[in-house]
Amino acid sequence: MYVAVKGGETAIARSWDLLAAARRGDSALAELSLGQIRQQLRLAVARVMQEGSLYDEELAALALKQAAGDTVEAVFLLRAFRTTLPRFASSKPLDTAAMRVRRRVSGTFKDVPGGQILGPTADYTQRLLDFSLGHSSEVPPCALADNGVPQPLPSVLEVLAAEGLIEAEQPLPGDPEPADLTRQPLMFPADRATRLQNLARADEGWLLGLAYSTQRGYAESHPFAGEIRMGEVSVSVCPEELGFDIDIGEITLTECQMINQFAGSKTAPPQFTRGYGLSFGEAERKAMAMALVDRSLRAEELGEAAHAPAQQQEFVLYHSDNVEASGFVQHLKLPHYVDFQAELSLIRTLRAQANSSAPQEAAHD
Amino acid sequence: METTTRQHWLSLLAHSPASRLAELLQQHLPPAGDISWLRRAQTGLVMLQGRSGGSGSRFNLGEISVTRASCQIAGWLGHGWVRGSDGQHAELIAQADALLQNPQHYPPLQAALLQPLQQELAARREQSARAAAASKVEFFTMVRGE
Repeated sequence: MYVAVKGGETAIARSWDLLAAARRGDSALAELSLGQIRQQLRLAVARVMQEGSLYDEELAALALKQAAGDTVEAVFLLRAFRTTLPRFASSKPLDTAAMRVRRRVSGTFKDVPGGQILGPTADYTQRLLDFSLGHSSEVPPCALADNGVPQPLPSVLEVLAAEGLIEAEQPLPGDPEPADLTRQPLMFPADRATRLQNLARADEGWLLGLAYSTQRGYAESHPFAGEIRMGEVSVSVCPEELGFDIDIGEITLTECQMINQFAGSKTAPPQFTRGYGLSFGEAERKAMAMALVDRSLRAEELGEAAHAPAQQQEFVLYHSDNVEASGFVQHLKLPHYVDFQAELSLIRTLRAQANSSAPQEAAHD
Repeated sequence: METTTRQHWLSLLAHSPASRLAELLQQHLPPAGDISWLRRAQTGLVMLQGRSGGSGSRFNLGEISVTRASCQIAGWLGHGWVRGSDGQHAELIAQADALLQNPQHYPPLQAALLQPLQQELAARREQSARAAAASKVEFFTMVRGE
């Protein structure tokens, strides 16, 4: 328990000034613009958008600047801001099959229809510090192929689906409206739609650790990266005043289709099952971790023993939100003076009792 | 006016940079007094939905900021919706939408606005698709015993 305290206004005002000065740093150096953050720290911007659960590069860049690069603080700022905006509508389901793909790789097939397209990735770099980036440098022009990546680019999993070797992924009867965690509290058992929404905005570090645990033997599901694709997808809505669907722009998404072993059950033959990850921006690590955890959370549905942390819904979903987690951990900084005084006096009393009774107990012996 | 035609230009206007739209539309806009604003630019949210596995049941992925505006020009009602929080962009789309529905304005605007924007969008997409295709992997099969 913490109690309200009065006073300290001047000190608080001074702390704001110190914060602003620390954020700005040496004023002899040029100040960062939001455009620079958007363009040159695009992956940090994407992470703030994912966990802030709001796709807006400009606001995410502003949040990063205000938070001096502290991702979790920036996520909090974005989440708080979104509560001030009205909800106009829900989009039509994003059509990732129609993505204008800039990167697509598969860890399961060498030859995939449309090919493996590496795109802007650090995967094939030496990961040695590049000291030339320490000062301004010219970027070499990118080569252009004669023909662009086909659009739509066929999905890798269609190959397996055509043979019936992987579970079909179809909407539930009636294509029901999914639960929305921004409107309804998280309840258990949570259906897959609720879990995916929770995972999509979950802290990447949390998801990465859980995903890693499944690979190390806590809920082994023999995963393969069936397909990872990144590129642009148009957003479509049906405004009431128009009465028909329109595109309102495009966003960058990363999608991961994980393929997992499944031994079969009484009702289903042995086949591959799926884990799914979808993230704002270029976010391969996040999408892959999400797909692994999505699959591990399907344990019960697939009749698998759920004994590992990554298979337990309440454990995974209740602790995935870094806005909640950061708030609760950091609230310990707030005044707990009365609480602590009570504990202190209890300890003193117990010690006094222990001291006074010690000789008597010795006498009994 | 065919719905698909209107859908097409609204999509095109939303996919084009606001600065370019302003540049091309400027000289076609009526005096401010002839535009009646039913809704000045207003920013809000749209919940983005995905499908599990890309084709399964719907789920809520997260929200996106969206700006909308509505105006009336010479009896034609125009609506603008665009992702992001650029009020000017939404208002430009609404004005263009009102003008484009007017059969008098459509032909000149088709030539001076839609056509260049369409060409530029196609060029941007082609450039991006060809740059990506240049990083396509060509596999060699290693031959043994040589």
